[in-house]
Amino acid sequence: MKKNRKLFAILLTFALVLSLAACGSSGGSAAPTGSNDAAAAGKTGGPAADAAEAPAEKASEDSGAVYRTLEEIQASGTINIGVFSDKNPFGYVDENGEYQGYDVYFANRIGEDMGVEINFVSTEAANRVEYLETGKVDIILANFTVTEERAEKVDFALPYMNVALGVVSPDSRVITDLSEIGEGDQVIVISGTTAETYLAENNPEITLQKYDTYANAKNALENGNAVAWANDNTEVIAFALQNPGYTVGIPSLGSQDTIAPAVTKGNESLLNWINEEITSLADENFFHKDYEETLVDTYGADYEDSLVVEGGVTAQ
Amino acid sequence: MPDLGLNVLFKGKNLARLLGGLGVALKISLLSVVISIVLGILVGLLMTWKNPISRALMRCYLEIVRIMPQMVLLFLVYFGTTRIFGWNLSGEASAVIVFSFWGAAEMGDLVRGALISIPQHQYESAAALGLSGGQTYRYIVLPQTVRRLIPLSMNLITRMIKTTSLVLMIGVVEVLKVSQQIIEANRMSSPNAAFGVYLTVFALYFFACWPISLLAGFLEKRWR
Repeated sequence: MKKNRKLFAILLTFALVLSLAACGSSGGSAAPTGSNDAAAAGKTGGPAADAAEAPAEKASEDSGAVYRTLEEIQASGTINIGVFSDKNPFGYVDENGEYQGYDVYFANRIGEDMGVEINFVSTEAANRVEYLETGKVDIILANFTVTEERAEKVDFALPYMNVALGVVSPDSRVITDLSEIGEGDQVIVISGTTAETYLAENNPEITLQKYDTYANAKNALENGNAVAWANDNTEVIAFALQNPGYTVGIPSLGSQDTIAPAVTKGNESLLNWINEEITSLADENFFHKDYEETLVDTYGADYEDSLVVEGGVTAQ
Repeated sequence: MPDLGLNVLFKGKNLARLLGGLGVALKISLLSVVISIVLGILVGLLMTWKNPISRALMRCYLEIVRIMPQMVLLFLVYFGTTRIFGWNLSGEASAVIVFSFWGAAEMGDLVRGALISIPQHQYESAAALGLSGGQTYRYIVLPQTVRRLIPLSMNLITRMIKTTSLVLMIGVVEVLKVSQQIIEANRMSSPNAAFGVYLTVFALYFFACWPISLLAGFLEKRWR
């Protein structure tokens, strides 16, 4: 009897969880049936109600998530921009509680040119897509690398920065090409990074020395445990700059990735505005100025042209 | 004396920001604690109620809270309600909802435990003395229940205060997030700041939770 009751409780719990899950998916599948959902979403979304009709087609494609069009943002007078608050020098908060950094510098310009106040939202790497999918922020400007997988869920605007892998080695033996790495040599990587995946796939002949933390990898290189260290090029450039005696022999390795602003999937008016903004800012070399204001202390002037993307045009 | 990087705390408004972050954490947790205690007593009474339907429902509720990590609940409430209903809850409101949902269930279970720990003969003796049902609860059962509840609920309350560190995942900038911001903003100028700043955060949590433990000890002694 007692066992039966327990079983009953477990079954009930499962039934409840399943029904919850069903609610979630029905919210998604019910959307294409029509304006009902869009209207309901618009009503609760407040100012979105007016425009719910125009983008109804688009809105019904995603799972009822509400984004704000350019007009709605301008009418409300405030734009919500998701940035990192603890990734110096891209997005961080200074000692006076003000947001600063390469991404934030651009965000401030967006607010200025759009004529709205900015409400910065502190995001984490893991919840950036979620913030856009629910329309809780209008734009993500958080060192967001463009990948195919992400592009299925959000819309990326034109890029404003390059990222690639880089390899740093001691001045006594600078590695300028991966072929210089001999058979007995080892290369340091941090587990789980793109550098590890790239080298394992493309250069399986190189022996990797894996560390979990930045500090351990740094110690290993300084102790001469390996001939070089491969990581994101921004990381190795910053390392070589802070630690004399090391040189970045290979500043960009593998596929060039870009960093771009992202908006909610389907939010074309805002996406077009950002693209036009990025294109027109090229006239004043805006992102070079941004680099000189925010990144030059960390990466030095030498890498300005290889890291900055001006006007959305990548050098490739 | 090694450099703990404590100097970064005195740059600009850093100390005030850290205290402000603690304020946010305490506001969320204390509001949730008050709601949890009120609802928890109700849930506890429902759990001891002989009605099988209410028991089954309460059991399910408790199991859900036990199974689901708070992180998942936070994401469900903060992002899920926007996806499904289009509500735009703030991070703070979502946090209070989740912590109250969690607290009420655990508090309810504690109340249930305290209630059934009162031996049957106490009820019978009360009835024999001619006390009504309400009087039995007011004079016999409740005073003993509350006394048994105090140490148990203190654990829950301090745990709730500490778990507020999760709300940084839904965009609420509380004390731990502020400390990460301070460490990162100074990672070039004082690379050792992490230790000093986290030590300070430890002290802040300690001074937030310690008075609650003191109060519990005081009440336990007084009501012995």
